[in-house]
Amino acid sequence: MPRITVEVDGAVHQDDVEPRVLLVHHLRDRAGRTGTPVGCDTSNCGACTVLMDGLSVKSCSVLAVQADGREITTVEGLGLGGAPHPMQRAFHEEHALQCGYCTPGMIMAAIDLLRENPDPSETEIRAGLEGNLCRCTGYQNIVRAVRRAAAEMRDPAAAREVAP
Amino acid sequence: MIPAAFDYARPASLDEAVRVLADAGEDAKVLAGGQSLMPLLRLRLAYPDALVDLDRLDGLREIRDDGDAVVIGALATHHQVLRDPLVNEHLPLLARATATVADPAVRHRGTFGGSLAHADPAGDLPAVALALDAVLHARSVRGEREIPAAEFFVDWMTSALEPDELLTAVRIPKLGPGWGVHYEKFHRTAQAWAIVGVACAVRRVQGAVEDVRVALTNMGPVPVRASAVERFAEGRTLSRDALRAAAAHAADGTGPPADLHGSAEYRTHLAGVLTARALTAAAGV
Ligand SMILES: Cc1cc2nc3c(=O)[nH]c(=O)nc-3n(C[C@H](O)[C@H](O)[C@H](O)COP(=O)(O)OP(=O)(O)OC[C@H]3O[C@@H](n4cnc5c(N)ncnc54)[C@H](O)[C@@H]3O)c2cc1C
Ligand code: FES
Ligand code: FES
Repeated sequence: MPRITVEVDGAVHQDDVEPRVLLVHHLRDRAGRTGTPVGCDTSNCGACTVLMDGLSVKSCSVLAVQADGREITTVEGLGLGGAPHPMQRAFHEEHALQCGYCTPGMIMAAIDLLRENPDPSETEIRAGLEGNLCRCTGYQNIVRAVRRAAAEMRDPAAAREVAP
Repeated sequence: MIPAAFDYARPASLDEAVRVLADAGEDAKVLAGGQSLMPLLRLRLAYPDALVDLDRLDGLREIRDDGDAVVIGALATHHQVLRDPLVNEHLPLLARATATVADPAVRHRGTFGGSLAHADPAGDLPAVALALDAVLHARSVRGEREIPAAEFFVDWMTSALEPDELLTAVRIPKLGPGWGVHYEKFHRTAQAWAIVGVACAVRRVQGAVEDVRVALTNMGPVPVRASAVERFAEGRTLSRDALRAAAAHAADGTGPPADLHGSAEYRTHLAGVLTARALTAAAGV
């Protein structure tokens, strides 16, 4: 069995893995990061989205062996010292989730979008999140949350003043 | 589901990769971005004995200028192609079509070469390769060969690559000045495959249609050049009516599939409508 070294949310994990193990199962079953769920078998839903070396990927569509030597950030690696990341806070404040199943992937995809485009329009947000399906919210509040987080991440002081 | 067990190799060089692939035999599969292969493995629609992972062959990710052409490494990701200055300047049709492929996370992993080698009739990039007269470079322990796009797509999900061959790069002639391009894709939901797609490039010279290239996605088991449209449009005075009349021949000689997205008649109708849109958009009329 190949031995792989993967940094997950800042902690280095060394494991022997079967080649057929998906990254998402490795994260959940070996690294204990159960915050990343599996939603489909077809790579469509995006629930399993994490960052690999800073870029969003669907962790159900990457083999754990392919993550060897790479850095993974899951939704559990966000925020500092127990405080939520601005995107997590915005999802909470804008009521951007109901059942919450899509939320970890949605948040990771949204963070990836802001990395490339810090001030996206509504249309750009919808295009940026097109690989992430939500069966509950109807997306309106998700788009609102991403706009709010974007404003805050561009200018933390100003965003706090307009926030209710 | 969890894929069936397989052996795994991650060669560090191209030479090693072709050797490993040759040794692994007919039941081995190449793994590039995995964005088509992983779902097949998870659904157990594919169960290869071995995977040869190209992920670490960074030399195959390069996109370079080659005079009158741009050469795109097979492992260049969709994400990379979309942002590449050479592609955007000389192959805007490829950039536009790539922007319609899947979603950002899939584009971070999925590769240009993988999209062609997969030979999915609903894939957007095979039609682009065909419209732009791309030449595909293959390599095996037996040597190298070049395959024109027109000979590369053999049948439904079947390319001209032999089991021991790797696609290494794709050479695409640049479109010079005077060309306008468009990719028109019809699908019902976001992040979906084309029900029908039209890749098109038009060169206009002094109010006339000088040159036309049209290729269709998902109008048969392989992408097809709409040669009747090209014949009817070339040499005409540039006008919406002339382009629309030519577009009416889009489905000539095609055998479109029927599936849950649409019947063959529906696709035939779509091909004409979308080709008219693509031609007029590309020609700017
Ligand atoms: C949710 C989702 C939506 C998508 N939507 C679209 C879409 O709208 N339009 C579209 O065109 N595509 C779409 N795709 C497919 C995507 O473009 C894939 O990236 C592409 O089809 C395959 O590229 P890959 O690098 O991931 O190849 P892989 O999945 O790694 O391989 C695919 C096949 O090609 C072979 N192969 C790959 N590279 C080589 C090589 N260099 N030499 C020899 N053989 C090779 C493999 O053995 C395998 O058989 C979608 C995928 C997903 C998951
Ligand atoms: S679990 Fe649905 S895309 Fe990964
Ligand atoms: S909140 Fe339930 S799927 Fe999005």
